[in-house]
Amino acid sequence: MARANAKAPPEGGVGGERERLRVAGLTKVYPTGKRALDGVDFVIATSGVTAVIGSSGAGKSTFIRCINRLVEPTSGRILLDGVDLVGLDRAGLRAARRRIGMIFQEFNLVERLTVMENVLAGRLGHVGLIDTLRRRFAPADVDAAFELLARVGLDGFHDRRADALSGGQRQRVGIARALIQRPDLLLVDEPTASLDPRTARQIMRLVRELATERATPAIVNLHDVALAREFADRIVAFSAGRIVFDDAPAALDAATLDRIYGGEDWSASAAADDDAPPAAPAVRGRVLGDDAGVAG
Amino acid sequence: MSNAAPPDAARRRWQRHSPAATLRAWLAFAAAAFVTAWSVSALDIEWAFFRDAHTQAADLLGRMWPPRWSYLPRIVKPLVETIHIATLGTAIAVALSLPVAFLAARNTTANRFTWLVGRGILVLSRSVNTVIWGLIFVAIFGPGPVAGICAVAARSVGFLAKLVAEAIEEVQVGQVEAITATGARTSQVWAMAVLPQVLPVLVGTAVYRWDINVRESSVLGFVGAGGIGLYLYASINQFAWQQVTVILVATSVIVLASEALSAFVRSRIS
Repeated sequence: MARANAKAPPEGGVGGERERLRVAGLTKVYPTGKRALDGVDFVIATSGVTAVIGSSGAGKSTFIRCINRLVEPTSGRILLDGVDLVGLDRAGLRAARRRIGMIFQEFNLVERLTVMENVLAGRLGHVGLIDTLRRRFAPADVDAAFELLARVGLDGFHDRRADALSGGQRQRVGIARALIQRPDLLLVDEPTASLDPRTARQIMRLVRELATERATPAIVNLHDVALAREFADRIVAFSAGRIVFDDAPAALDAATLDRIYGGEDWSASAAADDDAPPAAPAVRGRVLGDDAGVAG
Repeated sequence: MSNAAPPDAARRRWQRHSPAATLRAWLAFAAAAFVTAWSVSALDIEWAFFRDAHTQAADLLGRMWPPRWSYLPRIVKPLVETIHIATLGTAIAVALSLPVAFLAARNTTANRFTWLVGRGILVLSRSVNTVIWGLIFVAIFGPGPVAGICAVAARSVGFLAKLVAEAIEEVQVGQVEAITATGARTSQVWAMAVLPQVLPVLVGTAVYRWDINVRESSVLGFVGAGGIGLYLYASINQFAWQQVTVILVATSVIVLASEALSAFVRSRIS
Protein backbone atom coordinates (compact mmCIF):
# COMPACT_ATOMS: atom_id res chain seq x y z
CA MET A 1 0.00 0.00 0.00
CA ALA A 2 2.70 2.43 1.09
CA ARG A 3 4.67 1.73 -2.10
CA ALA A 4 1.70 2.70 -4.18
CA ASN A 5 1.67 6.13 -2.56
CA ALA A 6 5.23 6.81 -3.55
CA LYS A 7 4.17 9.63 -5.86
CA ALA A 8 5.62 12.70 -4.21
CA PRO A 9 3.37 15.58 -3.13
CA PRO A 10 4.03 19.04 -4.51
CA GLU A 11 6.71 20.95 -2.65
CA GLY A 12 5.70 22.78 0.51
CA GLY A 13 4.59 19.44 1.91
CA VAL A 14 5.19 17.85 5.25
CA GLY A 15 8.86 18.23 5.98
CA GLY A 16 10.06 15.91 8.71
CA GLU A 17 6.68 15.47 10.45
CA ARG A 18 4.50 12.39 10.27
CA GLU A 19 1.74 12.71 7.69
CA ARG A 20 -1.90 12.65 8.72
CA LEU A 21 -3.70 12.96 5.41
CA ARG A 22 -2.58 12.07 1.92
CA VAL A 23 -4.78 12.77 -1.07
CA ALA A 24 -3.65 11.18 -4.32
CA GLY A 25 -5.09 11.72 -7.78
CA LEU A 26 -8.38 12.95 -6.38
CA THR A 27 -10.88 13.65 -9.17
CA LYS A 28 -14.52 14.64 -8.95
CA VAL A 29 -16.76 14.91 -11.99
CA TYR A 30 -20.31 15.97 -11.19
CA PRO A 31 -23.25 14.42 -13.06
CA THR A 32 -23.52 17.74 -14.92
CA GLY A 33 -20.13 16.95 -16.45
CA LYS A 34 -18.32 19.64 -14.50
CA ARG A 35 -14.83 18.44 -13.55
CA ALA A 36 -14.56 20.07 -10.10
CA LEU A 37 -11.34 18.31 -9.08
CA ASP A 38 -8.78 17.14 -11.59
CA GLY A 39 -6.14 14.85 -10.11
CA VAL A 40 -5.36 16.60 -6.84
CA ASP A 41 -2.34 15.43 -4.85
CA PHE A 42 -2.03 16.82 -1.36
CA VAL A 43 -0.43 15.88 1.94
CA ILE A 44 -0.73 17.39 5.41
CA ALA A 45 1.17 16.65 8.57
CA THR A 46 -0.20 15.97 12.04
CA SER A 47 -0.43 19.68 12.87
CA GLY A 48 -0.69 23.10 11.31
CA VAL A 49 -3.37 25.23 9.67
CA THR A 50 -3.59 24.94 5.90
CA ALA A 51 -5.68 27.53 4.10
CA VAL A 52 -7.25 26.63 0.77
CA ILE A 53 -7.95 29.61 -1.47
CA GLY A 54 -9.24 30.04 -4.99
CA SER A 55 -12.12 31.68 -6.81
CA SER A 56 -15.68 30.36 -6.59
CA GLY A 57 -15.99 27.15 -8.57
CA ALA A 58 -12.26 26.38 -8.33
CA GLY A 59 -12.98 23.20 -6.38
CA LYS A 60 -12.20 24.24 -2.76
CA SER A 61 -15.55 23.15 -1.35
CA THR A 62 -15.67 19.94 -3.39
CA PHE A 63 -12.14 19.14 -2.21
CA ILE A 64 -12.96 19.50 1.47
CA ARG A 65 -16.24 17.59 1.11
CA CYS A 66 -14.56 14.74 -0.71
CA ILE A 67 -12.24 14.17 2.24
CA ASN A 68 -15.08 13.01 4.53
CA ARG A 69 -17.11 11.82 1.53
CA LEU A 70 -20.02 14.21 1.94
CA VAL A 71 -19.28 14.40 -1.77
CA GLU A 72 -18.36 11.03 -3.27
CA PRO A 73 -15.04 11.23 -5.20
CA THR A 74 -15.04 9.96 -8.77
CA SER A 75 -11.53 8.55 -8.46
CA GLY A 76 -8.37 8.88 -6.41
CA ARG A 77 -7.38 7.96 -2.91
CA ILE A 78 -7.79 9.69 0.47
CA LEU A 79 -5.54 8.19 3.13
CA LEU A 80 -6.17 9.16 6.74
CA ASP A 81 -3.25 7.76 8.73
CA GLY A 82 -2.73 5.28 5.93
CA VAL A 83 -6.36 4.07 5.68
CA ASP A 84 -8.03 4.74 2.34
CA LEU A 85 -11.41 6.38 3.05
CA VAL A 86 -12.63 5.94 -0.52
CA GLY A 87 -12.94 2.17 -0.26
CA LEU A 88 -14.64 2.10 3.15
CA ASP A 89 -18.09 0.55 3.69
CA ARG A 90 -20.76 2.43 5.63
CA ALA A 91 -19.60 1.33 9.08
CA GLY A 92 -15.96 2.05 8.22
CA LEU A 93 -16.90 5.46 6.83
CA ARG A 94 -18.81 6.33 10.02
CA ALA A 95 -15.78 5.35 12.10
CA ALA A 96 -13.56 7.55 9.93
CA ARG A 97 -15.98 10.47 10.09
CA ARG A 98 -15.87 10.33 13.90
CA ARG A 99 -12.19 11.22 13.60
CA ILE A 100 -12.84 14.18 11.28
CA GLY A 101 -14.43 17.33 12.67
CA MET A 102 -16.18 19.67 10.22
CA ILE A 103 -17.09 23.34 10.51
CA PHE A 104 -19.45 24.91 7.95
CA GLN A 105 -20.03 28.26 6.32
CA GLU A 106 -23.70 28.35 7.30
CA PHE A 107 -22.86 26.90 10.74
CA ASN A 108 -25.39 24.11 10.07
CA LEU A 109 -26.56 23.92 13.66
CA VAL A 110 -29.84 22.12 14.27
CA GLU A 111 -31.73 25.35 14.77
CA ARG A 112 -34.48 24.09 17.07
CA LEU A 113 -32.15 22.29 19.45
CA THR A 114 -30.26 23.81 22.35
CA VAL A 115 -26.60 24.76 22.27
CA MET A 116 -25.77 21.76 24.46
CA GLU A 117 -27.63 19.33 22.18
CA ASN A 118 -25.80 20.75 19.19
CA VAL A 119 -22.41 20.38 20.83
CA LEU A 120 -23.15 16.85 22.04
CA ALA A 121 -24.25 15.94 18.51
CA GLY A 122 -20.50 15.70 17.91
CA ARG A 123 -20.55 12.56 20.07
CA LEU A 124 -23.35 10.79 18.15
CA GLY A 125 -20.88 8.33 16.72
CA HIS A 126 -20.44 6.95 20.24
CA VAL A 127 -24.08 6.45 21.32
CA GLY A 128 -27.01 4.37 20.05
CA LEU A 129 -30.36 5.47 18.62
CA ILE A 130 -32.31 5.18 21.89
CA ASP A 131 -29.74 7.23 23.78
CA THR A 132 -29.80 9.74 20.91
CA LEU A 133 -33.57 10.13 21.26
CA ARG A 134 -33.31 10.41 25.05
CA ARG A 135 -30.28 12.74 24.76
CA ARG A 136 -28.30 10.48 27.09
CA PHE A 137 -24.57 11.10 26.67
CA ALA A 138 -21.62 9.92 28.73
CA PRO A 139 -20.97 12.22 31.73
CA ALA A 140 -17.42 12.73 30.45
CA ASP A 141 -18.87 14.02 27.17
CA VAL A 142 -21.16 16.44 29.00
CA ASP A 143 -18.17 17.69 31.01
CA ALA A 144 -16.19 18.11 27.81
CA ALA A 145 -19.09 20.03 26.26
CA PHE A 146 -19.22 22.47 29.19
CA GLU A 147 -15.45 22.95 29.00
CA LEU A 148 -15.53 23.56 25.26
CA LEU A 149 -18.41 26.03 25.55
CA ALA A 150 -16.39 27.96 28.13
CA ARG A 151 -13.34 27.81 25.86
CA VAL A 152 -15.18 29.22 22.83
CA GLY A 153 -16.70 31.98 24.97
CA LEU A 154 -20.23 30.63 25.40
CA ASP A 155 -20.17 29.85 29.12
CA GLY A 156 -23.77 29.73 30.38
CA PHE A 157 -25.30 29.46 26.89
CA HIS A 158 -25.89 25.69 27.06
CA ASP A 159 -29.70 25.87 27.36
CA ARG A 160 -30.21 28.57 24.71
CA ARG A 161 -31.76 27.47 21.47
CA ALA A 162 -29.42 27.67 18.51
CA ASP A 163 -31.83 29.89 16.56
CA ALA A 164 -31.61 32.49 19.34
CA LEU A 165 -27.87 33.03 18.77
CA SER A 166 -26.01 35.54 16.60
CA GLY A 167 -23.92 34.38 13.64
CA GLY A 168 -20.65 34.54 15.53
CA GLN A 169 -22.12 32.67 18.49
CA ARG A 170 -23.51 30.00 16.18
CA GLN A 171 -20.13 29.45 14.59
CA ARG A 172 -18.62 29.09 18.08
CA VAL A 173 -21.14 26.33 18.75
CA GLY A 174 -20.18 24.78 15.39
CA ILE A 175 -16.53 24.84 16.46
CA ALA A 176 -17.36 23.21 19.81
CA ARG A 177 -19.39 20.52 18.01
CA ALA A 178 -16.44 19.69 15.76
CA LEU A 179 -13.90 19.68 18.59
CA ILE A 180 -15.90 17.50 20.97
CA GLN A 181 -15.30 14.71 18.45
CA ARG A 182 -11.62 14.95 19.53
CA PRO A 183 -10.87 14.88 15.82
CA ASP A 184 -7.57 13.93 14.21
CA LEU A 185 -8.36 16.32 11.38
CA LEU A 186 -10.45 19.49 11.12
CA LEU A 187 -12.22 20.38 7.88
CA VAL A 188 -13.33 23.99 7.89
CA ASP A 189 -15.42 25.18 4.93
CA GLU A 190 -15.56 28.98 4.59
CA PRO A 191 -16.04 29.49 8.35
CA THR A 192 -16.25 33.27 8.09
CA ALA A 193 -18.11 33.90 4.84
CA SER A 194 -21.44 34.49 6.63
CA LEU A 195 -19.92 36.77 9.26
CA ASP A 196 -18.99 40.43 9.49
CA PRO A 197 -15.25 41.22 9.13
CA ARG A 198 -14.61 41.68 12.85
CA THR A 199 -16.37 38.47 13.86
CA ALA A 200 -14.65 36.70 10.97
CA ARG A 201 -11.24 37.53 12.45
CA GLN A 202 -12.31 36.43 15.93
CA ILE A 203 -13.55 33.12 14.58
CA MET A 204 -10.40 32.51 12.54
CA ARG A 205 -8.26 33.33 15.57
CA LEU A 206 -10.29 30.85 17.63
CA VAL A 207 -9.97 28.12 15.00
CA ARG A 208 -6.23 28.69 14.83
CA GLU A 209 -5.77 28.70 18.62
CA LEU A 210 -7.80 25.54 19.13
CA ALA A 211 -6.12 23.69 16.28
CA THR A 212 -2.76 24.56 17.84
CA GLU A 213 -3.78 23.79 21.45
CA ARG A 214 -5.10 20.41 20.48
CA ALA A 215 -2.38 19.67 17.96
CA THR A 216 -5.05 19.01 15.32
CA PRO A 217 -4.26 19.73 11.69
CA ALA A 218 -6.87 21.91 10.00
CA ILE A 219 -7.77 22.49 6.37
CA VAL A 220 -9.60 25.80 6.05
CA ASN A 221 -11.34 26.98 2.87
CA LEU A 222 -11.20 30.75 2.73
CA HIS A 223 -12.18 33.19 0.02
CA ASP A 224 -10.55 36.02 1.96
CA VAL A 225 -6.86 36.05 1.06
CA ALA A 226 -5.98 38.46 3.89
CA LEU A 227 -7.42 36.08 6.49
CA ALA A 228 -5.56 33.18 4.90
CA ARG A 229 -2.28 35.11 5.03
CA GLU A 230 -2.75 36.04 8.66
CA PHE A 231 -3.96 32.78 10.17
CA ALA A 232 -2.52 29.95 8.06
CA ASP A 233 0.86 28.23 8.20
CA ARG A 234 0.53 27.14 4.61
CA ILE A 235 -1.61 28.25 1.70
CA VAL A 236 -2.83 26.00 -1.07
CA ALA A 237 -4.53 27.60 -4.06
CA PHE A 238 -6.95 25.87 -6.39
CA SER A 239 -7.76 26.89 -9.92
CA ALA A 240 -10.02 24.88 -12.22
CA GLY A 241 -9.82 21.81 -9.99
CA ARG A 242 -6.01 21.73 -9.71
CA ILE A 243 -3.56 22.94 -7.09
CA VAL A 244 -1.68 25.87 -8.61
CA PHE A 245 0.13 27.10 -5.53
CA ASP A 246 1.29 25.41 -2.34
CA ASP A 247 3.67 27.27 -0.07
CA ALA A 248 4.08 29.45 3.00
CA PRO A 249 1.88 32.58 3.12
CA ALA A 250 4.90 34.82 2.61
CA ALA A 251 5.44 33.37 -0.86
CA LEU A 252 2.03 34.50 -2.05
CA ASP A 253 2.65 37.61 -4.18
CA ALA A 254 0.54 39.67 -6.56
CA ALA A 255 1.72 37.76 -9.62
CA THR A 256 0.65 34.49 -7.99
CA LEU A 257 -2.74 35.94 -7.06
CA ASP A 258 -3.21 36.97 -10.69
CA ARG A 259 -2.53 33.39 -11.66
CA ILE A 260 -5.07 32.10 -9.10
CA TYR A 261 -7.89 34.56 -9.54
CA GLY A 262 -7.24 35.99 -12.98
CA GLY A 263 -6.17 39.58 -13.54
CA GLU A 264 -7.62 42.13 -11.14
CA ASP A 265 -6.36 45.30 -9.54
CA TRP A 266 -5.75 44.13 -5.97
CA SER A 267 -5.09 47.65 -4.69
CA ALA A 268 -8.41 49.00 -6.00
CA SER A 269 -10.62 50.31 -3.21
CA ALA A 270 -13.93 48.67 -2.40
CA ALA A 271 -15.74 51.96 -2.95
CA ALA A 272 -14.62 52.05 -6.59
CA ASP A 273 -16.04 48.55 -6.96
CA ASP A 274 -19.50 49.65 -5.93
CA ASP A 275 -20.00 51.67 -9.09
CA ALA A 276 -18.75 48.99 -11.45
CA PRO A 277 -21.92 46.90 -11.65
CA PRO A 278 -21.03 43.20 -11.45
CA ALA A 279 -17.62 43.62 -9.85
CA ALA A 280 -17.66 40.86 -7.23
CA PRO A 281 -20.84 38.79 -7.56
CA ALA A 282 -19.29 35.69 -5.99
CA VAL A 283 -18.39 37.45 -2.79
CA ARG A 284 -21.78 39.17 -2.53
CA GLY A 285 -23.56 35.88 -2.98
CA ARG A 286 -21.67 34.42 -0.09
CA VAL A 287 -22.34 37.31 2.22
CA LEU A 288 -26.04 36.90 1.55
CA GLY A 289 -25.55 33.28 2.38
CA ASP A 290 -27.61 31.99 -0.50
CA ASP A 291 -25.08 29.76 -2.17
CA ALA A 292 -24.61 27.20 0.56
CA GLY A 293 -23.80 23.88 -0.94
CA VAL A 294 -22.58 25.26 -4.23
CA ALA A 295 -19.17 23.86 -4.85
CA GLY A 296 -16.74 26.73 -4.27
CA MET B 1 -49.65 73.86 -19.14
CA SER B 2 -47.90 70.74 -20.18
CA ASN B 3 -50.59 68.33 -19.03
CA ALA B 4 -53.04 69.11 -21.80
CA ALA B 5 -54.26 65.88 -23.44
CA PRO B 6 -52.16 64.87 -26.43
CA PRO B 7 -53.92 64.66 -29.80
CA ASP B 8 -55.65 61.35 -30.45
CA ALA B 9 -53.12 60.24 -33.00
CA ALA B 10 -50.26 60.56 -30.51
CA ARG B 11 -52.11 58.85 -27.65
CA ARG B 12 -50.72 55.40 -26.83
CA ARG B 13 -53.30 52.72 -26.27
CA TRP B 14 -53.14 50.33 -23.29
CA GLN B 15 -55.25 47.25 -22.62
CA ARG B 16 -54.95 44.89 -19.68
CA HIS B 17 -55.76 41.81 -21.82
CA SER B 18 -54.91 41.01 -25.40
CA PRO B 19 -57.90 40.22 -27.66
CA ALA B 20 -56.95 36.52 -27.58
CA ALA B 21 -56.91 36.51 -23.77
CA THR B 22 -60.33 38.21 -23.71
CA LEU B 23 -61.72 35.59 -26.09
CA ARG B 24 -60.36 32.77 -23.93
CA ALA B 25 -61.92 34.29 -20.81
CA TRP B 26 -65.33 34.46 -22.53
CA LEU B 27 -65.03 30.86 -23.75
CA ALA B 28 -64.19 29.70 -20.21
CA PHE B 29 -67.22 31.58 -18.89
CA ALA B 30 -69.49 29.98 -21.53
CA ALA B 31 -68.13 26.53 -20.68
CA ALA B 32 -68.85 27.07 -16.97
CA ALA B 33 -72.41 28.18 -17.79
CA PHE B 34 -72.93 25.11 -19.98
CA VAL B 35 -71.67 22.69 -17.28
CA THR B 36 -73.97 24.30 -14.70
CA ALA B 37 -77.01 24.09 -16.99
CA TRP B 38 -76.19 20.47 -17.84
CA SER B 39 -75.90 19.49 -14.15
CA VAL B 40 -79.22 21.09 -13.25
CA SER B 41 -81.07 19.46 -16.16
CA ALA B 42 -79.49 16.04 -15.49
CA LEU B 43 -80.45 15.97 -11.81
CA ASP B 44 -84.25 15.95 -12.24
CA ILE B 45 -84.72 18.47 -9.48
CA GLU B 46 -88.30 18.56 -8.17
CA TRP B 47 -88.90 22.31 -8.31
CA ALA B 48 -92.27 21.97 -6.65
CA PHE B 49 -90.53 21.27 -3.36
CA PHE B 50 -89.03 24.76 -3.44
CA ARG B 51 -92.47 26.33 -3.41
CA ASP B 52 -93.27 25.36 0.18
CA ALA B 53 -89.65 24.98 1.43
CA HIS B 54 -89.91 28.07 3.61
CA THR B 55 -93.09 26.80 5.35
CA GLN B 56 -91.49 23.38 5.85
CA ALA B 57 -88.41 25.01 7.36
CA ALA B 58 -90.51 27.17 9.67
CA ASP B 59 -92.53 24.10 10.65
CA LEU B 60 -89.34 22.13 11.47
CA LEU B 61 -87.94 25.02 13.51
CA GLY B 62 -91.24 25.19 15.38
CA ARG B 63 -91.04 21.53 16.26
CA MET B 64 -87.36 21.89 17.32
CA TRP B 65 -88.19 24.71 19.70
CA PRO B 66 -87.96 24.85 22.70
CA PRO B 67 -84.95 22.55 23.24
CA ARG B 68 -85.64 19.70 25.62
CA TRP B 69 -82.87 20.54 28.09
CA SER B 70 -83.87 17.65 30.35
CA TYR B 71 -82.32 15.42 27.66
CA LEU B 72 -78.87 16.98 28.18
CA PRO B 73 -77.66 14.70 31.04
CA ARG B 74 -78.32 11.64 28.86
CA ILE B 75 -75.93 12.84 26.13
CA VAL B 76 -73.01 13.91 28.32
CA LYS B 77 -71.51 10.43 28.20
CA PRO B 78 -71.75 10.01 24.40
CA LEU B 79 -70.35 13.55 23.94
CA VAL B 80 -67.31 12.67 26.06
CA GLU B 81 -67.05 9.41 24.12
CA THR B 82 -66.97 11.42 20.88
CA ILE B 83 -63.99 13.43 22.13
CA HIS B 84 -62.26 10.24 23.28
CA ILE B 85 -62.75 8.65 19.87
CA ALA B 86 -61.20 11.70 18.21
CA THR B 87 -58.31 11.85 20.69
CA LEU B 88 -57.40 8.16 20.63
CA GLY B 89 -57.80 7.98 16.85
CA THR B 90 -55.50 10.99 16.43
CA ALA B 91 -52.93 9.55 18.85
CA ILE B 92 -52.78 6.26 16.94
CA ALA B 93 -52.53 8.19 13.67
CA VAL B 94 -49.60 10.26 14.98
CA ALA B 95 -47.70 7.11 15.98
CA LEU B 96 -48.32 5.47 12.60
CA SER B 97 -47.77 8.59 10.51
CA LEU B 98 -44.08 9.08 11.37
CA PRO B 99 -42.80 5.85 9.79
CA VAL B 100 -45.17 6.34 6.84
CA ALA B 101 -43.89 9.90 6.38
CA PHE B 102 -40.26 8.76 6.31
CA LEU B 103 -41.24 6.12 3.72
CA ALA B 104 -43.13 8.62 1.59
CA ALA B 105 -40.49 11.39 1.61
CA ARG B 106 -38.12 11.16 -1.34
CA ASN B 107 -35.05 12.11 0.67
CA THR B 108 -35.50 9.53 3.45
CA THR B 109 -37.12 6.58 1.71
CA ALA B 110 -34.83 3.63 0.96
CA ASN B 111 -35.63 3.12 -2.71
CA ARG B 112 -38.34 3.60 -5.31
CA PHE B 113 -40.32 0.60 -4.04
CA THR B 114 -40.47 1.81 -0.42
CA TRP B 115 -41.43 5.25 -1.71
CA LEU B 116 -44.32 3.74 -3.69
CA VAL B 117 -45.43 1.80 -0.60
CA GLY B 118 -45.39 5.03 1.45
CA ARG B 119 -47.26 6.98 -1.24
CA GLY B 120 -49.74 4.12 -1.60
CA ILE B 121 -50.58 4.23 2.10
CA LEU B 122 -51.11 8.01 1.83
CA VAL B 123 -53.46 7.70 -1.13
CA LEU B 124 -55.44 4.77 0.34
CA SER B 125 -55.88 6.51 3.69
CA ARG B 126 -56.85 9.86 2.22
CA SER B 127 -59.13 8.73 -0.58
CA VAL B 128 -61.58 6.97 1.76
CA ASN B 129 -63.89 9.17 3.85
CA THR B 130 -63.92 8.72 7.64
CA VAL B 131 -67.56 7.55 7.54
CA ILE B 132 -66.71 4.90 4.93
CA TRP B 133 -63.77 3.79 7.08
CA GLY B 134 -66.34 3.62 9.91
CA LEU B 135 -68.57 1.29 7.87
CA ILE B 136 -65.57 -0.97 7.17
CA PHE B 137 -64.44 -1.13 10.80
CA VAL B 138 -68.01 -1.66 12.09
CA ALA B 139 -68.07 -4.70 9.81
CA ILE B 140 -64.79 -5.89 11.35
CA PHE B 141 -65.13 -4.98 15.05
CA GLY B 142 -68.91 -4.66 15.32
CA PRO B 143 -70.64 -1.41 16.32
CA GLY B 144 -69.08 0.76 19.02
CA PRO B 145 -66.29 3.21 19.72
CA VAL B 146 -63.46 0.82 18.72
CA ALA B 147 -64.65 0.97 15.11
CA GLY B 148 -64.83 4.77 15.42
CA ILE B 149 -61.27 5.04 16.77
CA CYS B 150 -59.95 2.86 13.95
CA ALA B 151 -61.88 4.89 11.36
CA VAL B 152 -60.51 8.18 12.65
CA ALA B 153 -56.96 6.76 12.80
CA ALA B 154 -57.18 5.26 9.31
CA ARG B 155 -58.25 8.55 7.74
CA SER B 156 -55.83 10.71 9.77
CA VAL B 157 -52.66 8.69 9.08
CA GLY B 158 -52.62 9.79 5.46
CA PHE B 159 -53.40 13.41 6.32
CA LEU B 160 -50.63 13.66 8.91
CA ALA B 161 -48.07 11.58 7.02
CA LYS B 162 -48.55 13.59 3.81
CA LEU B 163 -47.84 16.92 5.52
CA VAL B 164 -44.95 15.53 7.57
CA ALA B 165 -43.45 13.89 4.45
CA GLU B 166 -43.59 17.26 2.70
CA ALA B 167 -41.85 18.82 5.69
CA ILE B 168 -39.17 16.11 5.59
CA GLU B 169 -38.56 16.85 1.91
CA GLU B 170 -38.01 20.50 2.81
CA VAL B 171 -35.58 20.11 5.73
CA GLN B 172 -32.42 22.18 5.55
CA VAL B 173 -29.78 19.86 4.13
CA GLY B 174 -26.97 21.68 5.87
CA GLN B 175 -28.17 20.50 9.28
CA VAL B 176 -28.45 16.94 7.97
CA GLU B 177 -24.98 17.20 6.43
CA ALA B 178 -23.46 18.42 9.69
CA ILE B 179 -24.87 15.54 11.73
CA THR B 180 -23.84 13.06 9.02
CA ALA B 181 -20.30 14.43 9.15
CA THR B 182 -20.01 13.53 12.86
CA GLY B 183 -20.19 9.82 11.94
CA ALA B 184 -23.77 9.31 13.12
CA ARG B 185 -25.91 6.48 11.74
CA THR B 186 -28.72 7.32 9.34
CA SER B 187 -31.31 6.65 12.06
CA GLN B 188 -29.46 9.06 14.34
CA VAL B 189 -29.32 11.68 11.60
CA TRP B 190 -33.11 11.39 11.30
CA ALA B 191 -33.55 11.60 15.07
CA MET B 192 -31.19 14.53 15.58
CA ALA B 193 -31.35 16.57 12.36
CA VAL B 194 -34.63 15.72 10.59
CA LEU B 195 -37.05 15.13 13.47
CA PRO B 196 -36.39 18.45 15.24
CA GLN B 197 -37.05 20.26 11.96
CA VAL B 198 -40.37 18.53 11.27
CA LEU B 199 -41.62 18.34 14.85
CA PRO B 200 -43.49 21.67 14.71
CA VAL B 201 -45.30 20.47 11.59
CA LEU B 202 -46.16 17.15 13.22
CA VAL B 203 -47.49 18.77 16.39
CA GLY B 204 -49.34 21.51 14.50
CA THR B 205 -51.05 19.17 12.04
CA ALA B 206 -51.84 16.63 14.79
CA VAL B 207 -53.65 19.27 16.83
CA TYR B 208 -55.40 20.57 13.71
CA ARG B 209 -56.38 17.03 12.71
CA TRP B 210 -57.67 16.38 16.26
CA ASP B 211 -60.12 19.24 15.92
CA ILE B 212 -61.26 17.98 12.50
CA ASN B 213 -61.64 14.53 14.09
CA VAL B 214 -63.87 15.86 16.86
CA ARG B 215 -66.23 17.10 14.13
CA GLU B 216 -66.01 13.90 12.09
CA SER B 217 -66.50 11.55 15.03
CA SER B 218 -69.75 13.33 15.88
CA VAL B 219 -71.32 11.76 12.76
CA LEU B 220 -69.59 8.37 13.05
CA GLY B 221 -72.54 7.18 15.16
CA PHE B 222 -74.69 7.31 11.98
CA VAL B 223 -72.91 4.13 10.84
CA GLY B 224 -72.75 2.65 14.34
CA ALA B 225 -69.17 3.62 15.12
CA GLY B 226 -69.92 5.16 18.54
CA GLY B 227 -70.21 8.69 19.88
CA ILE B 228 -72.96 11.31 19.84
CA GLY B 229 -73.96 10.57 16.24
CA LEU B 230 -75.86 7.47 17.35
CA TYR B 231 -78.10 9.61 19.54
CA LEU B 232 -78.56 12.23 16.83
CA TYR B 233 -79.54 9.55 14.33
CA ALA B 234 -81.96 7.92 16.80
CA SER B 235 -83.56 11.26 17.72
CA ILE B 236 -84.11 12.18 14.07
CA ASN B 237 -85.67 8.77 13.37
CA GLN B 238 -88.02 9.22 16.34
CA PHE B 239 -88.94 12.76 15.15
CA ALA B 240 -87.69 13.92 18.59
CA TRP B 241 -86.77 17.33 17.17
CA GLN B 242 -86.46 19.03 20.52
CA GLN B 243 -83.75 16.49 21.44
CA VAL B 244 -82.06 17.10 18.09
CA THR B 245 -81.76 20.78 19.00
CA VAL B 246 -80.06 19.91 22.28
CA ILE B 247 -77.61 17.57 20.54
CA LEU B 248 -76.79 20.12 17.82
CA VAL B 249 -76.20 22.89 20.35
CA ALA B 250 -74.04 20.67 22.58
CA THR B 251 -72.03 19.40 19.60
CA SER B 252 -71.49 22.94 18.31
CA VAL B 253 -70.18 24.04 21.70
CA ILE B 254 -67.68 21.17 21.76
CA VAL B 255 -66.58 21.73 18.17
CA LEU B 256 -66.07 25.45 18.78
CA ALA B 257 -64.13 24.71 21.97
CA SER B 258 -61.89 22.19 20.22
CA GLU B 259 -61.26 24.64 17.37
CA ALA B 260 -60.31 27.37 19.81
CA LEU B 261 -58.02 25.01 21.73
CA SER B 262 -56.41 23.79 18.51
CA ALA B 263 -55.85 27.34 17.24
CA PHE B 264 -54.34 28.36 20.58
CA VAL B 265 -51.94 25.40 20.71
CA ARG B 266 -50.87 25.95 17.08
CA SER B 267 -50.20 29.63 17.76
CA ARG B 268 -47.83 28.67 20.56
CA ILE B 269 -45.66 26.29 18.52
CA SER B 270 -42.27 27.71 17.63
